[in-house]
Amino acid sequence: MPIRSKTFNESYYEDIKLFRTIWIKFWAVIFVAALALLPYIGDPYFVYLVNLSCLATVAAVGLNILTGYTGLISLGHAAFVAIGAYTAANLANHLGTPFWINLPAAGLIAAVAGAIVGIPCLRLKGLYLAMITMSFGVMVEYVVITWEGLTGGVRGMSVPAISIMGYKLSTDERLYFFLIAITAMLLFAANNITRTRVGRAFVAIRDRDIAAEAIGVNLTYYKVLSFAISSFYAGVAGGLYAYTMRHIHPDHFTLLLSIQYITMIIVGGMGSIVGSIFGAVFIVVAPEFIKLFAQSSARVFPVLEGRYDEEWNIAAFGLLIILFLIFEPGGLYSIWNRIKIGFKNWPFTY
Amino acid sequence: MESSLLYFVGLSVSGLAVGSLYALIALGFVLIYKATKIVNFAQGEAIMVAAFICYYLVTLFQLSFWVALPLTMLLTGLLGVLSERLVLRPMLGEPVFSVVMVTIGLSIFLRSLAGIFFGHHNYVFPSPFPAEGLRVGGVVLSYTHLWSMLASFVLMLAFFIFFKFTNMGLSMRGTANDQDAVALMGVNVRRVFALTWGLAFLIAAVAGIFLANVMVLNVGLAFVAISAFPAVILGGMESVPGAIVGGLAIGLIENLAGGYLDQVIGGGVKDVTPFVVLFVILMIRPYGLFGQEEIERV
Repeated sequence: MPIRSKTFNESYYEDIKLFRTIWIKFWAVIFVAALALLPYIGDPYFVYLVNLSCLATVAAVGLNILTGYTGLISLGHAAFVAIGAYTAANLANHLGTPFWINLPAAGLIAAVAGAIVGIPCLRLKGLYLAMITMSFGVMVEYVVITWEGLTGGVRGMSVPAISIMGYKLSTDERLYFFLIAITAMLLFAANNITRTRVGRAFVAIRDRDIAAEAIGVNLTYYKVLSFAISSFYAGVAGGLYAYTMRHIHPDHFTLLLSIQYITMIIVGGMGSIVGSIFGAVFIVVAPEFIKLFAQSSARVFPVLEGRYDEEWNIAAFGLLIILFLIFEPGGLYSIWNRIKIGFKNWPFTY
Repeated sequence: MESSLLYFVGLSVSGLAVGSLYALIALGFVLIYKATKIVNFAQGEAIMVAAFICYYLVTLFQLSFWVALPLTMLLTGLLGVLSERLVLRPMLGEPVFSVVMVTIGLSIFLRSLAGIFFGHHNYVFPSPFPAEGLRVGGVVLSYTHLWSMLASFVLMLAFFIFFKFTNMGLSMRGTANDQDAVALMGVNVRRVFALTWGLAFLIAAVAGIFLANVMVLNVGLAFVAISAFPAVILGGMESVPGAIVGGLAIGLIENLAGGYLDQVIGGGVKDVTPFVVLFVILMIRPYGLFGQEEIERV
């Protein structure tokens, strides 16, 4: 009889359970309660930030399934987000279908596009894959700008608000619970994908695809599946984006957005669902701090007065990618894990 | 000559001129890839920064273009060595994904920094070349294009010789082949890496200065390097002749597609053509025309 200590699991099922200990359940309840109370006690700006974080989280989780779990780089994720956004916008504008058709449709169309892109990408790895996805992103950007009949071109396209039985989700406060619910659902699904058979196949492909094939993982099937799932998430994120911003424009879906998503998963933690949330929230909130930094540095160097703009954020993202890859390749998730383990084992070191 | 034929020849010639610059950019990629197996996504930023350095040397310090050119090459080369030392060296031995991403991080960092410092408006590069073109049988060749073609070919020849006949070139090729073996043979691998980055940025400087002459000088110049990716892929990642052929081919295809398809589909065909080519090549022949097919073992 082994001595029971710390988190003791006797079966594989216990090890992959969603809530492994009572404490995780406890903190999850506190977290949900805090989220539920936020619109009533917090600043409206926080609500807006949480909404943005939800949109970013959905796309980042999708990218993390592809890049973090399956090890396939995508520099064209913004393309799938764009496909989802324009699908939802067109359906809502021209067919007048409700959101519960439009959002899954946005995801599905993006997933089909993802699978189609995924098939030629089967032979490619690493940097070639980065380039082909990047060129796909550029091509979609071009199509979005040129095909004015479908996308409105550079004039952009406005989207009606979501209406649930006559109740219009037209403000940030009204969208808040809707976005959180959808995000929670998608996160739950992602968690289930990654901790079951499919997820294990993905991880095997990431670690060494030829070895994975040798032990019976169907590479073609799982790589295309990974592309499809990941683009589904991106598509839904695009649909949600369209409904939240109420106006979409080709400028929203550039290479920069793809890089922003990559930054999220690198900063948050590759191959981790929780990490994607960390990364998404971090990248959404970071500009606020960068703004503060720019303003305080303007006090020291008057030349910088009033020079803060989007450029500062992008520069900071670039620097973040470099610093995290060099000093903390596991991202925020591994910092979080270290802190957690430190607390758990206190006063011992391990 | 017939006007349609003239149109075709004109498009081809200016395509080849831009193509020779693409070839130069591609050469920078190939150089780094050959020695370090890293694709430097920040090559475009080196180009843009070099163009700005040269611009300020000429306008602010009132240097002659022919003095500013080598000085810019030197300074940009130093930037290359610095980037390698600070950003790439700590990543030695990391997976491809991390290394690719770190160069992308470097690229957007440098570009945004340049955006903060130089703003986004266009600068007029003081061209050292006469504005009127050379007329050859009805086709006008601009001196800028001719000089950039000449510079590209001289540099490419120099690097071909460098790789083939010098000790350093040999150690670079060796490093690309097997880092451990070459280190055991007494090659200082770190110095090879630093030198490679310095040289690649130096080439980028030449490309940047001529590009600023051919196009406009602004921060967006960095994106030209992204259009040169297809050239590298078409030629093959580790082939110097491939870079030249790929660059010229992409320049030609891009210009012809822009010239003929723009009226049919609508503007912007020129910018997207290289990527369509890239997409097609990667599907059919990922290792390019002159590259080596990768063989994988578990």
